[in-house]
Amino acid sequence: MSTRLAKQGRLINRSKQVTFTFNGTSMQGYEGDTLASALLANDQMMMGRSFKYHRPRGVVASGAEEPNALVGLGQGNRFEPNQRTTTTELFNGLTAISQNHWPNLEFDIGAVNSAFARFLPGGFYYKMFIHPKPFWKHVYEPFIRQSAGLGKAPDKDSRDADTYEHFYAFTDVLVIGGGVAGLQAAKAAASSGAKVMLIEQTAYWGGRAPVDGGTIDGNPVDKFVDQLVAELEAMENVTMRNRCMGAGVYDHGYVLGYERLTDHTPGVQGPRHRLWRIRAKQVVTATGAIERPLSFAGNDVPGVMLASAMRDYVVNWGVTSGERVIVATNNDDAYRTAIILKQAGVDVLRVVDARDTAGPLAEEARQLGIRVDPGKAIAKVKGGKRVKKVAICNQEGIGGAREEVECDAVAMSGGWSPVVHMWSHCGGKLTWDEANAHFRPDPERPPLGANGEGFVVAAGSANGPLALGDVLADAQTAGEAAANAAGFKPKTADAPKGETTTEAPMEPVWLMPSNAEISLRMKSWLDFQNDVKVSDVQLAAREGYESVEHTKRYTTLGMATDQGKLSNINGLAILADALDAEIPKVGTTTFRPPYTPISLASIGGEARGEVFQPIRQTPMHDWHNKNGADWEPVGHWRRTYAYVRPGESVHDAVNREVKNTRENLGLLDASTLGKLIVKGPDAGKFLDMMYTNMMSTLKVGKCRYGLMCSENGFLIDDGVVARIDEDTWLCHTTTGGAERIHGHMEEWLQTEWWDWKVYVANVTEQYAQVAVVGPNARKVLEKLGGMDVSKEALPFMEWRDGKIGDFDCRAYRISFSGELSYEIAVPASQGRAFWDALIAAGQEFGVMPYGTECLHILRAEKGFIMIGDETDGTVIPQDLGLHWALSKKKEDYLGKRAHSRTHMADPERWKLVGLETVDGSVIPDGAYAVGEGVNANGQRNMIGRVTSTYYSANLDRGIAMGLIKHGPDRMGEIVEFPGTDGKTYKAKIVDPIFYDKDGEKQNV
Amino acid sequence: MSEPISALNHASYEGIAKVEECGLQGMITLRGDLSDKVLAKAVKDATGQKVPGQREALVAGDTGVCWMSTDELLVLVPYAEVEAKLAAMTNALSGTHALAVNVSDARAVFRISGASAREVMGKLAPVDLSVDAFQPDQIRRSRLAQVAGAFWMDDAETLRVVCFRSVADYVFNLLKVAAQPGSEVGVY
Amino acid sequence: MLILNCPYCGVDAEETELAAGGEAHLKRYGPGSSDDEFHDYLFMRENPKGVHFERWRHANGCGKWFHAARCTQTLEVFGTYTAQTSEPPQDIKDAIAAKRPGWTWRGFS
Repeated sequence: MSTRLAKQGRLINRSKQVTFTFNGTSMQGYEGDTLASALLANDQMMMGRSFKYHRPRGVVASGAEEPNALVGLGQGNRFEPNQRTTTTELFNGLTAISQNHWPNLEFDIGAVNSAFARFLPGGFYYKMFIHPKPFWKHVYEPFIRQSAGLGKAPDKDSRDADTYEHFYAFTDVLVIGGGVAGLQAAKAAASSGAKVMLIEQTAYWGGRAPVDGGTIDGNPVDKFVDQLVAELEAMENVTMRNRCMGAGVYDHGYVLGYERLTDHTPGVQGPRHRLWRIRAKQVVTATGAIERPLSFAGNDVPGVMLASAMRDYVVNWGVTSGERVIVATNNDDAYRTAIILKQAGVDVLRVVDARDTAGPLAEEARQLGIRVDPGKAIAKVKGGKRVKKVAICNQEGIGGAREEVECDAVAMSGGWSPVVHMWSHCGGKLTWDEANAHFRPDPERPPLGANGEGFVVAAGSANGPLALGDVLADAQTAGEAAANAAGFKPKTADAPKGETTTEAPMEPVWLMPSNAEISLRMKSWLDFQNDVKVSDVQLAAREGYESVEHTKRYTTLGMATDQGKLSNINGLAILADALDAEIPKVGTTTFRPPYTPISLASIGGEARGEVFQPIRQTPMHDWHNKNGADWEPVGHWRRTYAYVRPGESVHDAVNREVKNTRENLGLLDASTLGKLIVKGPDAGKFLDMMYTNMMSTLKVGKCRYGLMCSENGFLIDDGVVARIDEDTWLCHTTTGGAERIHGHMEEWLQTEWWDWKVYVANVTEQYAQVAVVGPNARKVLEKLGGMDVSKEALPFMEWRDGKIGDFDCRAYRISFSGELSYEIAVPASQGRAFWDALIAAGQEFGVMPYGTECLHILRAEKGFIMIGDETDGTVIPQDLGLHWALSKKKEDYLGKRAHSRTHMADPERWKLVGLETVDGSVIPDGAYAVGEGVNANGQRNMIGRVTSTYYSANLDRGIAMGLIKHGPDRMGEIVEFPGTDGKTYKAKIVDPIFYDKDGEKQNV
Repeated sequence: MSEPISALNHASYEGIAKVEECGLQGMITLRGDLSDKVLAKAVKDATGQKVPGQREALVAGDTGVCWMSTDELLVLVPYAEVEAKLAAMTNALSGTHALAVNVSDARAVFRISGASAREVMGKLAPVDLSVDAFQPDQIRRSRLAQVAGAFWMDDAETLRVVCFRSVADYVFNLLKVAAQPGSEVGVY
Repeated sequence: MLILNCPYCGVDAEETELAAGGEAHLKRYGPGSSDDEFHDYLFMRENPKGVHFERWRHANGCGKWFHAARCTQTLEVFGTYTAQTSEPPQDIKDAIAAKRPGWTWRGFS
């Protein structure tokens, strides 16, 4: 069993007991525990089941690399799946449930998959789910949906109770990793005066060096760490953050840091996670190394752990993982575990060392009475939910002549791999180190920054060195190099002297025993999380998978939450062996950020709830809101679709507004329309280039409707242009076009005609603009008093400055409805008061505000086009019968040259017509018109499509506009529009102007 | 004329910093040749300030001038005086190629004050706001989360933020989230 | 995520402040140009692995367009310069030559 020791545990506070639950059972731990250490202290070795076979799984590691011990943490709106117990700090009231089991952890039905393991080999998904076809829908998909995904998604109705934020940080040198290497590198860099930021993923400093022992400058490592941390904390140019993981390194020194602020104190005020968006001139990656498992049969049975992890649990948390332990290794470091366990009172049965010779640590172990078996291997671990016994054999051979030893835990060590993720994320290359059988950063090929030089430096064991003395020396060099590269002069100093017992060389062992027979290989796990075994990778190789990236996808090796932190090197060594290739030739899969999964909410940051997205509001927004506005998003704006009265449907409201505006008086909040001031001696010339029609000849005081095309001829915007004075124009754009067209104008002015004297300013939001529309429009303005708005004083398509009531305004006689209409602009700060005044004064004239749908219907009744309805980026003015707006006098304007390209002038282009349904019904939005014959796919040939379609309450029938092949030449013909509802809509091609063809109503 | 109302009418919030909507601020966008003497005089007459250098903000209270780009200034005057100042400026610049336009109502202005003011802004704008990188008298145009904005410091613990009026509500809510209690970062 | 120095406001702007504007130094062809010239102006673009010239706008900033010379392969930035020029200035060309001897791009070298 695993249990808590009476003494030891450098990270726990035995005076602070903590209560938590696991699968509903209440348990005790101490402040400073991780969930994993507390579970082990409660003899809960089995912490979950595997993904594919639902095999019982225990904790393997003690940190971020843990593949197995994933739990669902918290409840309700704080529930989160797939949390590693090894990186979860314990707190009072923590609730955890294990994953991938049904009905419970101890007894699981899915474990039957394990019995069928031989039918679920590598590439299973690809082989199985191909035939027969009907199985997809009825068998495979339901099965996959049921079993896919690790853990359980949070309840769909719950909303995350916490808040999250970003923070933009800037530093000269960023050090990732707060172990002894990171601390020393930070000190070396900071000595130059450079700004240094140091981040560490755990809650404590020093990394694993204090566990591994040795001395630094003659002191215990713990003491050295305390002193160094105090020293760094006292430096003004150093920022230190723990619980802050380096998640990813990106181009130009961009690094994401993932800070977990309240995971260990849920409910405390403030954000839960903070995503640091760091820009560093130089990055030092001091992320340490991760121990590799050994591949032997049954290496996934709960109780088999990494040797370093077993050591961590003793030293850091005072927890032993078993009472009778066997250590299996190919290196000297694992002897430290044997020694520490022995000293803690654990019965260390023997060290099975695959090598023939070991170093002084083995001797030390022997002197403590530990049996050391050189040249031996584990043939097989036996046990289901817990290690029961181990069969030992020779490392050389297929695993015969076994000796069985009863035990309850196995510590394994296959050597150490540097954590090269931060080096590799942005393109740093690796080199194969024969001596340590691992990939380490190739200093000749670092990730390159904006200046073309390397911007990441690896330090300590992340760079390869594993012995304490070498680690510190390397870190000192790295810190100095980073400061130098960041443009500072570090004070050169000798690294502190780290001393540990000398180690004999390790020997790579990729399989135990070396020629293990197939029955063993089928039980030798490479990837614990995804249930990938040695035999699966060998099968993939036999089936032709040579690329490690393909093998990863085929077998699922190295996927999911741990991304193969334990499995990658072992897996590719097996692949290399199977391919008879060298390991460096096979190479690694790509290291992609984040290092460990980070919360989606931290990526979203503040952008949730009411600040998920900006919502642009006009000055009258609150009034609309209080008066039944059914909102329509237009870009980031919210515009009123219709003002719905109690008892009305939205459709009712639209019809009421449509009729009332034609019969009485309608008000439209038109504030969102873009308003651009264009001024200068060359403004007229410039606008003549921007618009297809002539704007330079517009008289002061007058308005002209204009079209804008892109350089390749397509319509991009339209609107009314007013000439304000001799060298000033005001250009209205569509609601969605204000920023875009402003940018478009600036682009041409800055990048093509930079010698033209023109200034543009976007004054869209300076004004609240109200369209006063309908037969009573003039009456209501006259009632408010002020400027003369008569036909004579303010004729159609002109504008005047003046006052309406008390309001300073600019009144435009323009109409997008075909009615008598004024658009009146007042300062935004008075927009609401002006609107209120119009509503009050308009009561006797039957005033009703109207929304965008009414606006659309009114303009469609008049055959006016709408950018975004009649246009879609492929439509030219000629398609819409707007030839009159294309100046023939101008030599040039944007789009002119394009209009003479052959396909633009093609008579086969679909052209705008009106469409009147034969039975008065409304053609569905987006419907296509079909003609004779079928295309190559057997579908009926299309001859056009609907661009706008509405029910017109004024005409009491469906009206539509559409683009139809040869449309204008086919007036009176009937075309068919098949709907998705199975019906076919028949419509007659007519003139697009349905209402008041002569335009008499607007010109009164 | 009715009483003009700013976008949020002096709304305020107190968290790790105080966030206030400042009410109406007279603002004129002035585009022109910034080295032109006539323009310089017009700016001086309106604000008492010289033409600011690159990214300089010369502001005292509700009067001053900010550098917006190589050919654009933001002239700040008391709201009540903006029409008169604009008229004077337009008149002074009549023979010059320049554009002066009232944008007072197109904007909203916020004040962030307190020891954590820099940090509140540092959560929303991709800008180095450390003391050695950003100081009073400097202006920075950038983005505030998802919208454009500009800000300068009135003093060591006070930022003034300008955004478009239509997103005033968004920016205020943004500042509230960034200033929520317990969210001190502890770096500035 | 790139950082480019805006030559107008002097800010080292990260990419979220910038808007990419495609290839730099296009020569505009209008009415009177041949079909081929106009076609190439509209559609034909370089797609180099290496030195490239681009337009960027400091959209969430001073609003100005500028040019950047950079390496599409390593993302090394050789320099940024104003948009009011139809060819890269000599100092930019020199900076590229120092790092990428023998470089050419369209007619420039």
